[in-house]
Amino acid sequence: MDLSFVVVQFLTGLASASNLFLIACGLTIIFGVTRIVNFAHGSFYMLGAYMAYTLVGPLMSALGGVVGFWGAVLLAACAVGLVGVAMEVLLLRRIYRAHELFQLLATFGVVLVMQDLVVVIWGPEELLGPRAPGISGSIEIMGQRFPEYEAVMILAGPAVLGLLWLLFHRTRWGTLVRAATQDREMVGALGVNQGLLFTGVLFLGAFLAGLAGALQLPREPANPFMDFNIIAEAFVVTVIGGMGNVLGAFLAAFIIAELQAFGILIFPKITLVLIFLVMAVVLVIRPWGLLGKPEAPSGHGFATDRPLRPLSGKGQLAIALLLAGLLALPLVVDDYGLNLAIEVLVFALFAFSLNFIMGNGGMVSFGHAAYFGLGAYGAALTVKHLGAPMELAILAAPVAAAAGGLLFGWFVVRLSGVYLAMLTLAFAQIVWSIAFQWWEVTGGDNGLIGIWPSSWASGRLVYYYLTLIICGAAIAVLWRAVFAPFGYTLRAGRDSPLRTDAIGIDLRRHQWLGFAFAGTAAGIAGGVFVFSKGNVDPGVLSIPTSVDGLVMVLLGGIQTLTGPLLGGAVFPLLEAYVMPLTDYWRAILGGVIIALVLAFPTGIVGFFDNRAHVASEAREP
Amino acid sequence: MNRRNLIVGVAATAIGLAGLTGTAKAAEPVKVGELFSYARIAAFADPYRSGWQLAIEEINDAGGVLNGRPIEVISRDDGGTTADAVRVAEELVSREDVAFLFGTFFSNIGLAVADFAKQREVLFIAAEPLSDALTMAQGNAYTFRMRPNTYMQTGMLVDEAAKLGKTRWAIVAPNYEYGQAAAANFKKLAEEKMPGAEIIIEQYPALGKIDAGATVQAILQANPDGIFNALFAGDLAKFVREGQTRGLFEDRTVLSLLTGEPEYLDPMKDEAPEGWIVTGYPWYDIDNPIHDRFVAAYQEKYGDSPRLASLLGYTIGYAIKAMLDKAGSTDTDQMIAALEGLNMSTPIGPMTMRAIDNQSSLGAFVGTIAVKDGKGVMVDWRYADGADYMHPEAEVKAARGDQ
Repeated sequence: MDLSFVVVQFLTGLASASNLFLIACGLTIIFGVTRIVNFAHGSFYMLGAYMAYTLVGPLMSALGGVVGFWGAVLLAACAVGLVGVAMEVLLLRRIYRAHELFQLLATFGVVLVMQDLVVVIWGPEELLGPRAPGISGSIEIMGQRFPEYEAVMILAGPAVLGLLWLLFHRTRWGTLVRAATQDREMVGALGVNQGLLFTGVLFLGAFLAGLAGALQLPREPANPFMDFNIIAEAFVVTVIGGMGNVLGAFLAAFIIAELQAFGILIFPKITLVLIFLVMAVVLVIRPWGLLGKPEAPSGHGFATDRPLRPLSGKGQLAIALLLAGLLALPLVVDDYGLNLAIEVLVFALFAFSLNFIMGNGGMVSFGHAAYFGLGAYGAALTVKHLGAPMELAILAAPVAAAAGGLLFGWFVVRLSGVYLAMLTLAFAQIVWSIAFQWWEVTGGDNGLIGIWPSSWASGRLVYYYLTLIICGAAIAVLWRAVFAPFGYTLRAGRDSPLRTDAIGIDLRRHQWLGFAFAGTAAGIAGGVFVFSKGNVDPGVLSIPTSVDGLVMVLLGGIQTLTGPLLGGAVFPLLEAYVMPLTDYWRAILGGVIIALVLAFPTGIVGFFDNRAHVASEAREP
Repeated sequence: MNRRNLIVGVAATAIGLAGLTGTAKAAEPVKVGELFSYARIAAFADPYRSGWQLAIEEINDAGGVLNGRPIEVISRDDGGTTADAVRVAEELVSREDVAFLFGTFFSNIGLAVADFAKQREVLFIAAEPLSDALTMAQGNAYTFRMRPNTYMQTGMLVDEAAKLGKTRWAIVAPNYEYGQAAAANFKKLAEEKMPGAEIIIEQYPALGKIDAGATVQAILQANPDGIFNALFAGDLAKFVREGQTRGLFEDRTVLSLLTGEPEYLDPMKDEAPEGWIVTGYPWYDIDNPIHDRFVAAYQEKYGDSPRLASLLGYTIGYAIKAMLDKAGSTDTDQMIAALEGLNMSTPIGPMTMRAIDNQSSLGAFVGTIAVKDGKGVMVDWRYADGADYMHPEAEVKAARGDQ
């Protein structure tokens, strides 16, 4: 490897680092101040590229090449900034009082809507923009050609970093933003208009995302996949750097880009998993990222005024009726209906198990798909490689998931808050990439097929009852655990880690076992799922599956027990019924999510639960 | 079980009665289920849908199939995941009661639906999936494929490369099944047909996430004299721009799968990489009456030029007609028997459905990219008949076992 190559490859890495930083810095600023995990950041980035594409043509012919091009880039970024403002004013502002995760759910709705919106406005085909005028060629560096545009991009990252530093340290607004990053409530108490501050921050964050997207146009055609291709990377850079820390994001972007530039020389397939490996390592060593500061331990947001109570007589009656209804279901629906019912039961268990660690344990997981998928793959691999029948293979599902839960959980419970969530995501992505790459064993991204039930259970009717028994039993066990001392201990740890510790409880061990327990339950769901579908592929381990789980829990109501069950039932049905209606079913789904978030800011069950509570209090003398 | 038997019984009785009443029921449509990743991959899906819709419309206007019955396609989004696709397939089969299924884009979804078809004993005609596995190791008697698979298209390119005598090759392909299969096929065929050729560098960026500068520089450093590329869409455009700026393609032969398809060539406009040897579809240049009629009808109906996906959808529409004409019924076994060895003409030439692996002999066009009037076109092309590039029969038998 000669020196000139090393230098040029290093510079190439720097250009990528700038790009990553530009994408991530807006996200980290938004999170730092508002604590919003903004899923729509990737959509802003994509919108930036599309807006720039639209603007660059007319502006370049009106104002000349160079002025027109850079004018279009800035204008596109501003336009995206305004979209960010619109999202804040119309949507987020209405739900600031809800749990933090509700804002995540709302931004996820925005992602779905935007995906279809760009296709409606700009069409599905890729749109290749012009190269940047004046810097479309290359310069010679030590005998190697290096694109001029990349050279300019190397400078763009530090330039933006410098400007942000000036903004935050030399303006009053910036000082307030920094203050809000450190202590939001204090800033509010001092009389600063938080609403306005948040709106401004959303503008800045969205502007930066739009800028990154617009600057991408000379490299990549604007296309409807840009959002999903970048959003995970943006989060990873933000987390590695330390959430809310702009300099940290810069450092993280640099490390990742250079590792990537040189890593592909040794491992040509490394891009798939590299960033998640780096994130896992960094978080295990430094639980708050490279330059992040520890978050104050808090149980905020999960606890309600009314602790969970075992079912009342009425509640037990309702459950009995529900069970009777489920047993009688095959009398009224056809095979496809049973198919849907199986899916509903599987996802009800999946969502319920997720809520066991989230609502109950206070540990938000962005990677619960890992355990669902480990269960599915555990069963499928037992069938494929050991030739085991369903009866045996389905037992492998919880075993595989439990092993994963114990292994990953050990690391996960040492973190808290968003960092914990992102570590679960990192592990899930690592498992995903193993399933994706390990052809000989997992079948790679094609997955494994031919995983059908044994002949006695292959009819939909029998398999439905089998699902009902397995998922019902698993839910019952989890439910019981919630009201066992173990469940109470987890909730105590959620609400006050210090006090829990003070009375001699080894909280970390409880959390670890709780995490593995929930993972095992998700694995059972995965095992049942794989035999209902006949196949498994890495999709079950992917981020969308984890996000689906979050959506189910939040839609239903994170502070309740029945909420996640309802969410797990409603979401697959919603998808199944909306999908055949139109090509733009994702937009409808997103719209429904947004509407539900606005209408039920504590989840559907949470909302009615609160109403019922208020009503019963009013009745009391 | 009993319930299903009952339904089958009722249905059989109904069909029996229909047979008695004769012509009154003759116009009852043949219901066909279709599923595709319409939302996820709209750039492909729209022209593909336009293609089969045009064919079905023409067929129905000309009197339909099976003594005047129109074809009714129940079209669904497959959700872009295998789990959703299997659910949708289930809905089409058990609730819509379709005679058979066709469609799908992604290989994993194609395979999942194929396996579902085998389990439920339903016919499935795969449209877009390229994975060799679909007709080889994981193929089954119920699944047929229209498109030339990865192996066939790679073989067509290697034939061209063999004439050029290049020996030091680089491979760049997206890191998922299609890219991996293309790379493996290239290695295998290069060994067979290009003596002395060696692979000196391989790059497998994640799909949609190529770090183009670093990848291009890594290949430059290895200094190959030929590059085999399987990147497409956004990855391809990034790779081409970085490669052009850094001089990667100067004095090097580039073989590129699919790049000549209008879907990928058109978005690159005047920056289409000139001189690349590609597989694709030069619709603007094909001179035969069936194809002319197809293009004219397509342009009149949609006001847009056809893509490869349009041709594919259109061809499937007519394959359905040919199959039903030959089978004379919508009985699954008879339709399968009709499809096996089916001969028909398509807008780009005759096509046979090979019985041993259910792979159609539809070919592809191989040519060189040039830029004309500000857009990329294929020149010096030839139609490579798929029949010449299919997997050898011995390999098929070994892969498919005793099926």
